[in-house]
Amino acid sequence: MVLENIKLALTALAANKLRTLLTMLGIIIGIASVIAIMTVGNAMNNNMQDSMNDLGINNVTVFLTTKTDDNNESSYNVRKIKDSDYFSLELLNELKEKYKGKIDGVSLKQEIGSMKVKDKKKYANITLLGVNRTAFNQSKVKIMAGRSLNSDDYVNATNVVLVSDKYVDSIYDGDTESALGKPLEVVIGNNYYTYTIVGVYEYQEKTGMFSVGGSVKDIQTEAYVPVLTAMHQNKDNKHIEEFEVVVSAGEDPDATAEELREWLNGVKYKNNDAYEAYVYSLKAEAEQVQGMLNTLRFAFMGIGAISLLVGGIGVMNIMIVSVTERTREIGTRKALGATNGYIRLQFITEAVVVCALGGIIGIILGLGMGIGVSSLLQCKGMPSVSGIVGCVLFSMAFGVFFGYYPANKAAKLNPIEALRYE
Amino acid sequence: MSSDRKTVIDAKGIVKKFNIGKENELEILHGIDIKVYEGEFVSIVGTSGSGKSTLMNILGLLDKPTEGEYVLDGTDVSAARDDELSHIRNQKIGFVFQTYNLVARTSALKNVELPMLYAGMSSRARREKAEKLLEIVDMKERKDHTPDELSGGQKQRVAIARSLGNSPSIILADEPTGALDSKTGRIIMDLFHRLNEEQGITIVLITHSNELAEETERVLTLKDGNIIGERKGANYGFGKYKTGAYGACG
Repeated sequence: MVLENIKLALTALAANKLRTLLTMLGIIIGIASVIAIMTVGNAMNNNMQDSMNDLGINNVTVFLTTKTDDNNESSYNVRKIKDSDYFSLELLNELKEKYKGKIDGVSLKQEIGSMKVKDKKKYANITLLGVNRTAFNQSKVKIMAGRSLNSDDYVNATNVVLVSDKYVDSIYDGDTESALGKPLEVVIGNNYYTYTIVGVYEYQEKTGMFSVGGSVKDIQTEAYVPVLTAMHQNKDNKHIEEFEVVVSAGEDPDATAEELREWLNGVKYKNNDAYEAYVYSLKAEAEQVQGMLNTLRFAFMGIGAISLLVGGIGVMNIMIVSVTERTREIGTRKALGATNGYIRLQFITEAVVVCALGGIIGIILGLGMGIGVSSLLQCKGMPSVSGIVGCVLFSMAFGVFFGYYPANKAAKLNPIEALRYE
Repeated sequence: MSSDRKTVIDAKGIVKKFNIGKENELEILHGIDIKVYEGEFVSIVGTSGSGKSTLMNILGLLDKPTEGEYVLDGTDVSAARDDELSHIRNQKIGFVFQTYNLVARTSALKNVELPMLYAGMSSRARREKAEKLLEIVDMKERKDHTPDELSGGQKQRVAIARSLGNSPSIILADEPTGALDSKTGRIIMDLFHRLNEEQGITIVLITHSNELAEETERVLTLKDGNIIGERKGANYGFGKYKTGAYGACG
């Protein structure tokens, strides 16, 4: 009986294709927008997750800032910064000791500069970065040739450097073996520095929000040196203005950030008249952004839902017309033995079929739009299968809901009057 | 009309009133008694306004009498509920309407299957029986045609095949030739005669035409809501009816 009704519904819908399409339009648009939002939302979420993971979501960032006065406004006439205002290696070591159970380490990066290294006609763009062991581990860099930085390098501030395979491609035509042991020479300001290449790492393209376009040749890659090497080189690199604390897994980054904030500003920088530490956890920031994105998502889905509602009303409207048009037919069916229930089922099936079809078309359209927009934003994402199934079921439930009134109208028709209807 | 034949319709004291309790209360049928025996070909003749549509609706279980008893093929249907009536209609009554009332955009075959669908027959059983029935009414070649591809006479033949789907106790034909020309009408009447004589199908024909009624076995005359007369059909069984003058025999 249900199968017959489905076939019957399809016949009735096919009889007037334009009308059927227009009826479905509201449902199609509604479902398409919901699916598109879900797809893009998921993509952006995944994206954010990847970016967070790259940055280290469990990390707490600390940087030096000018003190704000009682009104929370930073004073513009703050005195010039002195050596003693900066963070120091001693401070970092003290911090590491004090919070030993709660943190995995302190990551320190000192950027020496970005420059173009030239070898006759060949060139490569690098960013010279001094890193401590924790910072290097955080970068999750994979060594593919030679060696990584070792304790000797970190402690004794040797002049060694790790370059990327992109650098080797540009300068050494991809010959990793011949790159090892060669010097990397840069000029910064009036000074000339040289490092020995001891290792090559595999460059990972950054995914998500921080990806940058550009051709392969112009790609900017990091070249890692020990942080002490960077700091000893010149005065500018000596001062520590920023560092990251890697919070242990299982510890709450927000709570740890609060503790650090209290210690740094309550103890260490309490008596400093102009400067203090600004501590924030990436997680809190991320959650804020997440929250905003979610609100946006729900807003758009709300719009989609309104469209669905309008679509459903459209279905109900057309079903009422359809019932009226087929009054005679309904009378005949009843005369031949169709019960009220059968008639009701017939028309509810028709409504469900229209909505299910509209839902499926909407899903296909929505997926197309969603994937299109996602790739424009350079995110990757797919809505969950359960989301899609949910949408189909939802649109079918819609059919039952909006089809009920017209179906009931049909079911309650008096057969004698219906048979007389012109 | 021997009394040891089975009664298919046994209606006693059928009264039908409309707008009961209101100012414009109207009594259309004033206590009608009708008996139809198995295998009979009976007609009910009346002008418009005689109450024959009302009577037909009651006999066909589309409506309930205000007063009276109605036993259809052994079942007392006077107090049956709507769903029960639907079921009994489906099983025991075959309708043939003046305006055919076939379902549009649906093949002749599917139309004939319709009562069997509501009876819960399986898809294959329905199809096989429908094909047989279409053959009986000589419409087999057009089983896939939709109503708008058929002439009036063809549509009526399909309707007659439809009415036989669940092997009903009785065929109720309401002015079956009313919308047809005399030649086609003749073909339809011949079909009814054939079904009645060869297959023993009980037929009740409702008509305003006395001429047509004379072809049937027994004629009941309805006037102003009362059965005022009962007679044998003057032209019944008078040789086989030939295609030609409508209603004339020989």
